[in-house]
Amino acid sequence: MTQLSRRELLRSAALAGLTLPVLSACATPAGNGGAASPAPVVGATSAANPLGFAENKPLEVWIFDGGFGDAYATNVHEPLLKAKYPKLEIKHNATKEVAKTLQPRFAGGDPPEFVNNSGANAMDFGALVQDGQLADLTPLYDAPSWDDPAVKVRDTIDPNAIELGSYDGKPYVLNYANTVWGIWYSRKLFEAEGWQVPKTWADFLALCETIKKSGKMAPFTYAGKHPYYIYEAILTLAAKIGGKDVLKNIDNLQDGAWKAEPVRQAAGAFVELGSKYLLQGTAGLDHVQTQTAHNKGQVAMLPCGSWLENEQKDSTPADFDYAMFALPDFGSSDALPYGTLHAQPGEEYVVPAKSANPRAGMEYMRAMLSKEGAGKFMELVSTLTVVRGADEGRTLKPGLKSASAALDAAGDNAVWFLFRKWYVELHDEVAAATGQLMSGKLTVDQWADRAQGKADAIKKDSSVKKFSR
Amino acid sequence: MDHGRTRFVASFLAIPVALYLIYVIAPYAQAFYIAFTDWRGVNATPRLVGLENFQRLLADNVFWQAVSHNLVLLVLMPILTLGIALFFAFLLNAGGRGGTGGIWGSKFYRVVFFFPQVLAVAVVAVLFQQVFRPDRSGMLNAPLIALGFEPVGFLSDTDVAFWSILAVLVWQAVGFYVVLFSAGIASIPRDLFEAAAIDGAGGPQLFLRVTLPLLWDTIQVGWVYLGIAALDVFAIVWVMTAEHGGPDHSTTVMAAEIYRTAFQYFKFGYASAMGVVLFFFTIGFAALALRLSRRERIEF
Repeated sequence: MTQLSRRELLRSAALAGLTLPVLSACATPAGNGGAASPAPVVGATSAANPLGFAENKPLEVWIFDGGFGDAYATNVHEPLLKAKYPKLEIKHNATKEVAKTLQPRFAGGDPPEFVNNSGANAMDFGALVQDGQLADLTPLYDAPSWDDPAVKVRDTIDPNAIELGSYDGKPYVLNYANTVWGIWYSRKLFEAEGWQVPKTWADFLALCETIKKSGKMAPFTYAGKHPYYIYEAILTLAAKIGGKDVLKNIDNLQDGAWKAEPVRQAAGAFVELGSKYLLQGTAGLDHVQTQTAHNKGQVAMLPCGSWLENEQKDSTPADFDYAMFALPDFGSSDALPYGTLHAQPGEEYVVPAKSANPRAGMEYMRAMLSKEGAGKFMELVSTLTVVRGADEGRTLKPGLKSASAALDAAGDNAVWFLFRKWYVELHDEVAAATGQLMSGKLTVDQWADRAQGKADAIKKDSSVKKFSR
Repeated sequence: MDHGRTRFVASFLAIPVALYLIYVIAPYAQAFYIAFTDWRGVNATPRLVGLENFQRLLADNVFWQAVSHNLVLLVLMPILTLGIALFFAFLLNAGGRGGTGGIWGSKFYRVVFFFPQVLAVAVVAVLFQQVFRPDRSGMLNAPLIALGFEPVGFLSDTDVAFWSILAVLVWQAVGFYVVLFSAGIASIPRDLFEAAAIDGAGGPQLFLRVTLPLLWDTIQVGWVYLGIAALDVFAIVWVMTAEHGGPDHSTTVMAAEIYRTAFQYFKFGYASAMGVVLFFFTIGFAALALRLSRRERIEF
């Protein structure tokens, strides 16, 4: 190596400094979308490789390291794929901040092949779809399933999952885990105290009164710092009172959807419950604090989704015996029958359209949707999946078993809403207003006005893409 | 010979200047450009929308609520922080008998006051979340509940939450200014205090007529610095409060709204417009503050 004089060294460093602006250009959106990415690789399809992905190109996987961790990918799904395609190189990554990590890669036209776009810092699906960043998953759903070449992938999973992952009729997002919401309690405690699961709203209030009078614990709480937990219950009750269209109208930003009578009745019902039976300090507690209070026997019931048991596994007493019940009947004129609940396929996975080997990302999904992939996932992270019959021969924890039974009992009467995903701004406004509603600072009418006002504003905002269902 | 030196100096300066241009000036310029688009963060071709973002900003109640919170902080944070810090610094350095030394144990207090400065902002926020907890486990509410009072919703009551945040911000900042003012007071010649004390000045007079005027330069720096910090408040609000600026926007600040708009709503264009407004607020404040507080320098 030749010796550099000090002056030469400084001069070359200065030159290096001047070349940097070229690099900085990467931070701005490229003027014309950069070099047009080559057409997505679709190789020859065969029985062994029905999606025709390139086995000689790597598959880059990004898993959101949240409630489910990322062990299910490294211990279940990736080995499954590796066993079938030993030549395929899988690059595994995990992150807690999906958007911060991957957004620049999308903007730069170099996204990975497979992304678990979940968590509080997920990228906005609406924006991704709007910009054509996501691959259409139709080939995946039309491909033969992993377990039986005679059956299409489409026919092995819950059709709601495909519908919920579709934007304007095209499936872009795979919703893999099935989440069931309800009111959670300790079956052991209820049996010991002789408390019955309430079937009507009057029973529910009576049970709360009994628990309050017992003086042993508070009847009810919710994650006050995250009012989503309570507006979720309010909207589920609203759908039960007024039918599925109540939520559909809300999602579709219809005029007056938030002011509909069933929505206001449901809100009023929870306000009454909140004003009499809440755990002291509920408004200032987060989900972990309220769930811990539940485990410690300071409160009897709380509304939550079926991830609860897994989330609390380290602080739940061994014999707590988690169970959940669907919201009780509100009145005799309810549009939907007893057992109606909020169930929604969630935990989103996408294949970026501009990645180098998109079909490999879809093949990864095909492996996830196999009975083995879904069954082991279910046991490992203790949640239901959208794959039919994946629980056959698997042992489930009591809470998950209870949720699974409730979901079966609900049948077609599962309801859901999507505005939380489509219009995060609306979600935030409803959450903020609901917190105020529950602490008595807003009336039901004022609450409905605020939600409706935000929905109307989004409807008028030309920069936000609208969706409908 | 001389030519060589010029080149040498120029090459020496090129790197820092280039780095400054790339990492400070260019992002600012970019933000101004993005503020005129409706870029959502993933698109490669942002669409120019003219002044639309700024027009929308005018009608955005939450943003103006955030601005008003920043303005209240801009007034109260420096006054409270500097007031308390001056008081403590005076006690530590000139509060003793005869105005010649600190009160008893001042060396120990000097260290203790500086503690909050050593903690990361996120740690302070998590710590105070526990202090403010609304149930039996909350440090402030536990005695209230034990005495049979209703717990105070320090962070969950919209009328109280903002003041809780202000308290934390002041608590965190005071230590630094105590140390800064201590250094300032230490540089004031002892004989000035002694002379004043002999002439019969008591503690308050020593403070108002000797310490305060001679510290004016230091206070001015502190004021500008705290003012900018008040416009820039983010982490404490984001980490500590429900809904990141809640409940119901009662504690939100400009930086939190910018972050939310950009990274949760993915409206980078709109968020950049907010950033541009914040930029002008900050520059305007700094210019105003330096002009208003300009006065005769006292030589000693």
